[in-house]
Amino acid sequence: MTEIKLTVNGVARSDEVEPRLLLIHYLRETLGLRAANIGCDTTSCGACTVLLDGESVKSCTVLAVQANNRAVTTTEGLVAPDGTMSVVQQAFRENHGLQCGFCTPGMVMAATSLLAENPHPTEQEVREGLEGNFCRCTGYHNIVQSVLAAADKLSGSASSSAEVTA
Amino acid sequence: MIPASFDYEVAESAAHALSLLAEHGEDAKLLAGGHSLLPMMKVRLAQPAVLIDIARITELSGIRIEGDEVVIGATTRHAEVVGSDLIKAEAPILAYAAAQVGDPQIRHRGTIGGSLAHADPSADLPMAFLALGGSVEITGPSGVRVVAADDFFVGPFESVLSPEELLSAVRVPRGGSVPWGYQKFVRRANDWAIVGAAAYGGRVALASMGGTPLRALATEQALASGASVAEAALLAAEGTSPGYDFHADVDFREHLARVLVKRALEGKTG
Repeated sequence: MTEIKLTVNGVARSDEVEPRLLLIHYLRETLGLRAANIGCDTTSCGACTVLLDGESVKSCTVLAVQANNRAVTTTEGLVAPDGTMSVVQQAFRENHGLQCGFCTPGMVMAATSLLAENPHPTEQEVREGLEGNFCRCTGYHNIVQSVLAAADKLSGSASSSAEVTA
Repeated sequence: MIPASFDYEVAESAAHALSLLAEHGEDAKLLAGGHSLLPMMKVRLAQPAVLIDIARITELSGIRIEGDEVVIGATTRHAEVVGSDLIKAEAPILAYAAAQVGDPQIRHRGTIGGSLAHADPSADLPMAFLALGGSVEITGPSGVRVVAADDFFVGPFESVLSPEELLSAVRVPRGGSVPWGYQKFVRRANDWAIVGAAAYGGRVALASMGGTPLRALATEQALASGASVAEAALLAAEGTSPGYDFHADVDFREHLARVLVKRALEGKTG
């Protein structure tokens, strides 16, 4: 067993884990955080996407020990303490960016990472930015619209807060 | 899918990694991003007894200029190569190739050294590295040796690296104005190449046309003798030995090589 210390959704954790424990199993089974799903289990589908130090990763292909001393964010961690969803989550709801919902936590985390790296993506950049996430229901149209809407809203609120500051 | 049990060691420095390799021998594997190794471990194609984590060794990461070369630390991640202004200016084909690897999540984890050491004949970075004609720095018990791209790949998933050695850095020539092209034929967005072609100046490399990434030597020689791009590209499959699978048979791969080499030599990307 190996001791890991990390932050999950802002909460400091310390656990003894088997080195072979995958991050997705640590999150779902050790911590009971069930938003990230296990889909293909082969680094393809993106349903298990979480943020590691703010960057999207597929947690089926990361060992829990590799997250030692790092910060992990799951979809649960995007929700404010009062239950308010993040801008990306709200955009998915408002734009019908999901049907069955299985891929949605991974899509939301991939989109959150994408918008952090590229706050003003084109539609093509959104499509390419989500190439690591499969949806078998929607045909992607509304997912892409959701991410573009979130980008608009985030840049709008950024510029209005800049105006307030000015 | 769960990997077989292993012991986990964190290397604090390259020297520490080497001493751990010496201690554990062939039972040990180095772990950087783990995006080639962990999938193999999950399906038990690899069952190392010890994993030596080198991902946090700062001396193994980073991008810098050294004379007429760009030196990229082995644990530099694909996303860092893609986003590097220095690489975009000095070796744009490498930045482009790194952007074709997998998807954003994979590029956040996978490393350039790991990709080359994995030596997948269908992968992006081995092909781009061979087209560039770079070299790798290999650190071992008796010091550092430099191996040219042409001599590095030995067979499918096999390089000249020995179990007690560490691929420590990748060197590619500075060549911001050298014409280049890059072609990757896939059926799905984040797949490996069914066939790939990369052209850099007079060098042309192929992916998925044999057990290692290969130079299209007949094409290169024809170009050097003054043949047109169209004529030279017709020779792209000569000397190759592609396999067949449910994606493509040998004839189709040879056809793809000729078409993709022509497009790469025309400076096209896609």
